[in-house]
Amino acid sequence: MSAAKDHSLLDPIQVPAEFRGGPLIRKNAAITEPAWLRALLIGGALSFLSLFLLLPLLSVFTEALRKGFGVYFSALREPDALSAIELTLTATAIAVPLNLAFGVSAAWAIAKFEFRGKQFLITLIDLPFSVSPVVSGLIYVLIFGAQGWAGPWMSEHEFKVIFAIPGIVLATIFVTFPFIARELIPLMQEQGTDDEMAALTLGASGWQTFWRVTLPNIKWGLLYGVLLCNARAMGEFGAVSVVSGHIRGHTNTLPLHIEILYNEYQFAAAFAVASILAGLALVTLGLKTFLEWRHGDELAASRRH
Amino acid sequence: MTTEIKIRGVKKTFAAFPALNGIDLDIAGGELIALLGPSGSGKTTLLRAIAGLETVTDGQIFFGDIDATRLTVQQRRVGFVFQHYALFKHMTVLDNIAFGLRVRTPRSDEGEIRQRVLQLLDLVQLSGLEKRFPAQLSGGQKQRVALARALAIEPRVLLLDEPFGALDARVRKDLRRWLRALHDKTGVTTVFVTHDQEEALELADRVVVMNRGRVEQAGTTDEVYEHPATPFVFDFLGDINILRGEVSGRSLRLGGTQITLETDGIRPSGPVDVYVRPHDLRLMDSGGLEARVDTVQRSGATILITARLLQGGEIVYAEVSHLHPIASKSKNGDVLHLQPARYEFFARETHEAVKTLQDVVPNAVPEHRERSR
Repeated sequence: MSAAKDHSLLDPIQVPAEFRGGPLIRKNAAITEPAWLRALLIGGALSFLSLFLLLPLLSVFTEALRKGFGVYFSALREPDALSAIELTLTATAIAVPLNLAFGVSAAWAIAKFEFRGKQFLITLIDLPFSVSPVVSGLIYVLIFGAQGWAGPWMSEHEFKVIFAIPGIVLATIFVTFPFIARELIPLMQEQGTDDEMAALTLGASGWQTFWRVTLPNIKWGLLYGVLLCNARAMGEFGAVSVVSGHIRGHTNTLPLHIEILYNEYQFAAAFAVASILAGLALVTLGLKTFLEWRHGDELAASRRH
Repeated sequence: MTTEIKIRGVKKTFAAFPALNGIDLDIAGGELIALLGPSGSGKTTLLRAIAGLETVTDGQIFFGDIDATRLTVQQRRVGFVFQHYALFKHMTVLDNIAFGLRVRTPRSDEGEIRQRVLQLLDLVQLSGLEKRFPAQLSGGQKQRVALARALAIEPRVLLLDEPFGALDARVRKDLRRWLRALHDKTGVTTVFVTHDQEEALELADRVVVMNRGRVEQAGTTDEVYEHPATPFVFDFLGDINILRGEVSGRSLRLGGTQITLETDGIRPSGPVDVYVRPHDLRLMDSGGLEARVDTVQRSGATILITARLLQGGEIVYAEVSHLHPIASKSKNGDVLHLQPARYEFFARETHEAVKTLQDVVPNAVPEHRERSR
C-alpha cells in the first residue's frame, strides 16, 4: 500500500467553513426559541442578577466612598485594619498551599487507585461542605480550648491554638479543604489512568509520571481550584469567628474586622474594609473568567461552580 | 525461532471472579499473535499481565530465560499501545515519541533523540508532523504516533490493546494492512488483543482463542479456522449451523442421511452436534440433506438461503455463489439437496454456547467488566 493514496490516515478532520463560527444551534432557526421568549428569559435572568448580585456589590463601593476618599484611606491605614489584612493574607498563605498538597494527593488517591475505604474518604472530603462553619470552629474549641481534650497539655507547654493564629489557620484549612480536591477528582477520574500507565510502560518512575504527565493534565483544573480555595480562605467568617476571640490587632481577620466596625456604627470604615475583600473577590473572578476563556475545554470536565 | 515469552499456569482473580484461569502459552520471537475472544474472556487481562500492568495471582511469565513475573513495568521494557492511544495531550508528537528515550536515559543527547524520533516518524509514515499536538491528528495518525512511541524504547515485545477498536471501518482496514507490513519490516514480537475474528485471521501469524479465562485453542490462522478444537472456537470464528446427529461406530446419521466417517480413530457413539458453516453447505442435484427453502436473499455476489430440513425440521443457512446454477433459480418452497462439505461434530454434553462475562457472573463489578474487555 502506498502512502500517497492513504488520505484517510494523513488528513486532519476538515470542518466545513459554515460551521467554524461557533455552535451549530445558534444558526438553526428551527430548533431555537422565538425572539420574544429569548428576550424575556435573558432579561429576567439579567435583572435578577443585577438586583441580587450587582447592586449589593456596587453599594459596597458607594457606601465605602460616601464620606470621601480621605475617610476611605484613613480607615484602611488604621493599624487594626492593617493587622487584619496581614492576618488574612498570612492565614490564606498557609492554608492554600497545604490544601493544595492535601487536595492533589487526595484526588490522586481517589481517582487513580482502588482501595478499601475510598467511599469513606470521599465522604470525609465533603464534610466541610455539609457541616456549618460555626460547628467546625466549635470542634477546634472543644479539642484545643482551655476546657478541651488537649487544653491542659497545651497550656502546660505554653502553646496557644484557640484565640491565636494557629486556630485561625486550622479553621481556614478545614473549611476550604474540599475546594481543590472536589475540583480535581472528576477531572482526574475522567482522564483515567491510561496516560499514567503509558508513561510507566515507557520507563518513567512514579515521580516522573506525576510531574511530566499527571500534573500537566490537571494544571488548569488545579489553578481553578486554588483560586476558589483562595477566595474562600480570605472570606471565611463563621469558623474563624468562633476560634479567633476577636482580639483587635491580633486575631481579627478582614471579615471579623468588618463585623466589629459595623457593630460600632463606623459604616464608612466597615464598607471601606469590605471593599478590599470585594476587590480581592473581583480579582479572583477576573482570573477565573480568564482561565475559562483560555482553557474552557480542559475545565469543562470539572466545571460545576 | 527462539521462544521469546513463556506463560506458565498464569491465573488472575479479581475479587472472586477468575479473569485468567490457568494460561499456558509460548510466543516465539518475531511472531505476530492475536488474542481473540469475547468480552470477559480475559484477553486484555492477559495482555496487561504480560506488560506488568497487572500482577498475577498465580503462575509465571518468562521473557527469554528471565523470570519476569515479579519485574516492574519499567523493568520489563514492553511497548504497550492503549486502545485510546493515551498520547500525552500537552506534548507535541516529537515529545510524545521522545518521552521513553528521555526518562530512560537522563541527560541524553537531545540531537540524537531528535534524530531517532524523526526516523521513527518516517517508519510510521508521519514525517513532517513532529510539531503537531495529538488534538491536531486524526484517529489513524494518533494510532501510529502511539506505535512509534512504543517502538522508541526498542521493546522486547509490542503489546496492542484492541488496536483498531476506536477507528472507523475504512481506516481500520487500511491500518490493518499497514500494521502487517510494519511488523514484517521491524520484526518485533507483537501480541494484539481483538474481539473481531476477521481482524485476527487477516493480520496474525497465530491466533489464540480465549474464553472464560482459558485458552480454547492456539494455532495458525488455518488451524483454528479449518480445524476448530472446540464448539466455542467454531462458533466464535464465523457463522454456523448446528445440526443434531448421531454417531454409531464409523457412521454419522444426519437428517436422514448416513455419512461414513473418514477418521481412523474410534469416536464414542451417541448423540452429537454437527457444526457446519453456511458456506460449507454444497448444493447438489440429489442426495445430501433435504431441505425446503424458506427465504432466498441476495447479498452482493452471495446468495443466502434459509431452509428447513425435511427430517428434523431444523433451520439451516447456506451461502452459495450467485453463479451456482441451482441457487440462482431457487425460490421459496423448493426442495434443495445440501451436502456438508466440511464439518465438525462434538458430543452433545460438551456443547457450550458463547457466553459473556455478564452471563457467567451477572453481578460482576463494572470495573472488572471493563478491564476484561
